[in-house]
Amino acid sequence: MLKQFADYITYDLLKLEPSSHVGDALNFLIYDTIKIFLLLTTIVFIVAIIRAYFSPEKTRKILSHKKEIIGNMLAALLGIVTPFCSCSAVPLFIGFVEAGVPLGVTFSFLISSPMVNEVALIMLWGLFGWKIAVIYAGTGVFLAILSGIVIGKLRMEKYVQDYVWKTKVGEMEVAETGFRDKLAYARDYTSDLLKKLWPYVVIGISLGAVVHGYIPTDLVVKYAGPGNPIAVLVAVLIGIPLYSNAAGMIPVVQALVGKGMAMGTVLAFMMSVTAISFPEAVILKNVLKIPLIVTFFSIVAIGIVIVGYLFNAIL
Amino acid sequence: MEIKVLGPGCANCHKMEELAQQAIKELGIDAEIEKVSDIRDIMKYTISTPGLVVNGKLKHSGNPLPSFDKVKELIKSEA
Repeated sequence: MLKQFADYITYDLLKLEPSSHVGDALNFLIYDTIKIFLLLTTIVFIVAIIRAYFSPEKTRKILSHKKEIIGNMLAALLGIVTPFCSCSAVPLFIGFVEAGVPLGVTFSFLISSPMVNEVALIMLWGLFGWKIAVIYAGTGVFLAILSGIVIGKLRMEKYVQDYVWKTKVGEMEVAETGFRDKLAYARDYTSDLLKKLWPYVVIGISLGAVVHGYIPTDLVVKYAGPGNPIAVLVAVLIGIPLYSNAAGMIPVVQALVGKGMAMGTVLAFMMSVTAISFPEAVILKNVLKIPLIVTFFSIVAIGIVIVGYLFNAIL
Repeated sequence: MEIKVLGPGCANCHKMEELAQQAIKELGIDAEIEKVSDIRDIMKYTISTPGLVVNGKLKHSGNPLPSFDKVKELIKSEA
């Protein structure tokens, strides 16, 4: 139905040729913009309501003193639904450690939380189909669990800043909110998010439209297609220092895939951009010593590269 | 009335402070709003910022932020 609307505007109303660059680009633009905004609004709202039932405090209690492996699995799953502001990363980390949450388990949480975020999943679903979104979420969780277990086994507790172990957390409880409050939170959160994201989505889709209509297939396939063995490595390395919201990036990536970029490389790139970033490293420096930060990033990066190659081979 | 806004200084924490300031203006309450950014002081109350403390009681913590009406309600409840 959306496709028909986009087709109507581009080919009937504006009388553009179906195989022209402009026609192609505009068609893509209209169709994808509307589809993505519809998906974003509904799903972000639903997820926000689900998130309103979770809190870092509750998660901290659940994970406190959990054994490894079970703890890692719980942490990775909770990372998806626990709302937290990245500004809260330091107090949250300290709070988890203080409550006896094992270091590796805390890392599982910190990895899955930014990587498996609902905006990325919505965009992937909208543009590549639900199977890709599920794969991304599934491997993201798996990666978070495994990395957390590995880091835990390395016993790097001594690379946590010393003051962290000595900080005491207050036991303040906030009153539970009613369903109507949760609805209000969800509504405000959704509208704020859309207000923040829409320029990125539009720019991202426009760029995607340009790639769609104008960049020849051979160019992309040559450098980022399945035939280039180092594409995954390059993609992950480029992604590490970057941090962008998933919204803006995915439409570009989709256009590239349409032109032949390998899907595994795409997934690896997205994971790399969201899971690890320099801004995050800077924040973490407050609680972790450099060797641990480097270890953390390296293990996750290696995992992502493997994921990339794996899916290039399978998909 | 003493109001504290807890947060190390991100966009959300600023928004929380703005909401609090607007709220006391509309409610006509005479209050001092203190911005707390030291991690150790923040953690006396909560592990998730931004936080809102009214007369020593934690009324809100974390994401997402409460609506403006909710902020007024939270502040009024300690008046």
